[in-house]
Amino acid sequence: MYKIVQREVLSENVVKLVIEAGQISKSRKAGQFVIVKLGEKGERIPLTIADSDPVKGTITLIIQRVGLTSHKFFNIKEGEEVTDIVGPLGLPTHIKKTGTIIAAGGGVGIAPLYPIAKAFKEAGNKLIVILAARSRDLIILEDEMKAFADEVLVYTDDGSAGTKGLVTAGVEHVIQREKVDEVVTIGPAVMMKFVALLTKKYNIHTLASLNTIMVDGTGMCGACRVTVGGSTKFVCVDGPEFNAHDVDFDEMLQRLGAYVEQEKIAYEDALSGMQGGSK
Amino acid sequence: MSVDYKELKKDRATEWRQELRNSLSAKERIKGIRVKMSENDPEIRKTNFFEVNNGISAEDALTEAKRCLDCPTPTCISGCPVNINIHGFIKQIEKGDMKQAAIVLKSTNALPAICGRVCPQETQCEEQCMYNKLGLLPVAIGNLERFTADTERLSGEMSMPEIAAPNHIKVAIVGSGPAGLTTAGELAKYGYDVTLFEALHEFGGVLVYGIPEFRLPKEIMRVEIENLKKMGVKFVSNYIVGRTASFDDLKKDGFQAFFIGSGAGLPKFMNIPGENLINIFSSNEYLTRVNLMKAFRFPEYDTPIVRGKSVAVIGGGNTAMDSVRTAKRLGADRAMIIYRRSEAEMPARIEEIHHAKEEGVEFLNLNNPIEYIGDERGRVKQIRVQKMELGEPDESGRRRPRPMEGSEYLIDVDVVVVGIGTAPNPLIQQALPELEMTAWGTVVVNDQMQSVSRPDIFAGGDIVRGGATVILAMGDGKVAAEAMHHYLQGKKD
Repeated sequence: MYKIVQREVLSENVVKLVIEAGQISKSRKAGQFVIVKLGEKGERIPLTIADSDPVKGTITLIIQRVGLTSHKFFNIKEGEEVTDIVGPLGLPTHIKKTGTIIAAGGGVGIAPLYPIAKAFKEAGNKLIVILAARSRDLIILEDEMKAFADEVLVYTDDGSAGTKGLVTAGVEHVIQREKVDEVVTIGPAVMMKFVALLTKKYNIHTLASLNTIMVDGTGMCGACRVTVGGSTKFVCVDGPEFNAHDVDFDEMLQRLGAYVEQEKIAYEDALSGMQGGSK
Repeated sequence: MSVDYKELKKDRATEWRQELRNSLSAKERIKGIRVKMSENDPEIRKTNFFEVNNGISAEDALTEAKRCLDCPTPTCISGCPVNINIHGFIKQIEKGDMKQAAIVLKSTNALPAICGRVCPQETQCEEQCMYNKLGLLPVAIGNLERFTADTERLSGEMSMPEIAAPNHIKVAIVGSGPAGLTTAGELAKYGYDVTLFEALHEFGGVLVYGIPEFRLPKEIMRVEIENLKKMGVKFVSNYIVGRTASFDDLKKDGFQAFFIGSGAGLPKFMNIPGENLINIFSSNEYLTRVNLMKAFRFPEYDTPIVRGKSVAVIGGGNTAMDSVRTAKRLGADRAMIIYRRSEAEMPARIEEIHHAKEEGVEFLNLNNPIEYIGDERGRVKQIRVQKMELGEPDESGRRRPRPMEGSEYLIDVDVVVVGIGTAPNPLIQQALPELEMTAWGTVVVNDQMQSVSRPDIFAGGDIVRGGATVILAMGDGKVAAEAMHHYLQGKKD
């Protein structure tokens, strides 16, 4: 079992959990993820490892509540345990010194972006971080990013923090200002799609880290398949990072909606249970 | 593996065996009619996940055991990939010593309750039975195997193999499927300190995620694992050797040899247009959701499954049959197999095909999907299918299917399951780039199941064979365990 040693609410719907997972805390590298499961009847879902402390033997997961399982994770308390955690999964980010890097994160995508941005900085790159969300409350890890980034720019849809505008406005602003060698983007699929379209125009190599539906996370189920450069890839074993210019984001967006109806049923079922229903 | 006929002969020459043989003439024995296992009514069973086959009664088992002629040259044994002492255990049934029957059976087969359920006996032991030459139905060896194992399990008194004194040598088993479980059991018998690492949250590999409850109840797996635990095997779940820790990390922790039985888990797709549409699943995903994650009990369990009304399963193997029968149980009005060859070429067990038909599964043989068509939300709604005809035999000896010009037509579907096979899991290759692999991603081993590039690594089952049977995986495990024992003892001297 994997004990929750620290729980911190980062925004209305986002929670940070520091969890005991000794072996994974030592073996994980930036860009990798774990599969977690809560309770005997729980579902397996993938979560990127935001950070780790090999000395304390902990990993950090940042979770946004969207569906049933993420709700359960949001509600978990310190001292409670996660039933199953397996990893690290996926290929680590290929970190190298290339020059100037933009790390562009949207919403909860900022969490998985954090270890990658940090690793790029540690490799000796100039690092410009762009954080974007709907509003001020949803901007997470700004201080943590500022601790090592050369510059942190914030964009919100409503202008409640930083500059009013989308993440693409921030990326374009930097590209027009200085020479950028690589862009790393993580966030909602539609956001990554538009970042990719933009950087393609400027011919800047761009990495996107994909978060798709998975069951086992080890190459077994194929639920995570995406089309990259015209051929089918498995996000779990071939990714999660791909050249963003090659990813078929429209297909990915559709596939993410595969269980919309079931998710609603599960959520309502759980709610009725919580309200003392007959279940 | 070669059969030790000398031992078998000695066994057969014992006094009680001779007496038993002479107690009934061969003429009388062949008058017996092959037992038929009772099965649940197809109309009812297709709506639930309970086991289809009910086993045979003690009375039937005795009648069937009497049919066995206790041949001087037991051809059935050479038909078994692990050379179970078949007439040996059957004669114990006839004698009435069920305990001893189980001991004989388990001396060569660690998981008889499983093999008695999932082995293709009709192409192995039973195909080689003498009765076939007489134009009669073979002895129901599979049913007797299952009966023996079930009787022992239900008695609550499982016989334990003899375990050598602990030698404190640590060995690691990677993967808890049939190959890994067998190897673990064998090495425990030699006295090794065995740890079995499993990537999933439950043990059993394909026996748990792949084979449905209606063919292999999970309770059987649970008991087998309990027994291995009693034998001292340590079980670690949620652990991917090569990821959670590297092989070298484990080496530093004192593990002196490894057995890789990580299986062939990577699903194959056909790479035809529209294959990534929503509601097109690999059979692995479809079956894992239902079997491992219990999605058939959603929303009590959190993992969802799409319950299609018109479900097409592509392929003709056991996995395809498991998928299509699962679809039926999930409420499909129309559940169909689409297979590019004819029924004669189907790799699935005859029993599976027969059960599927009884449950109302449609067989669209000599049909091949060439494109999937989706609705405006990206969900599959139709398959474009091409009719096929059989040409000349190919490398596998099966007649090669070829498309018929102008035969394309559309089938309305809402779920498609692609069950055309699997490839070895790539995680091992990623973790051990120095390990020699074939172009198909299988580990290259010698006849002792030892890696040709790293002497401390052994492998067996589908990671070596690409995609075979439970019994072959178990056979590999047995060979590998013996070879690991020799290797480790040689190292010590």
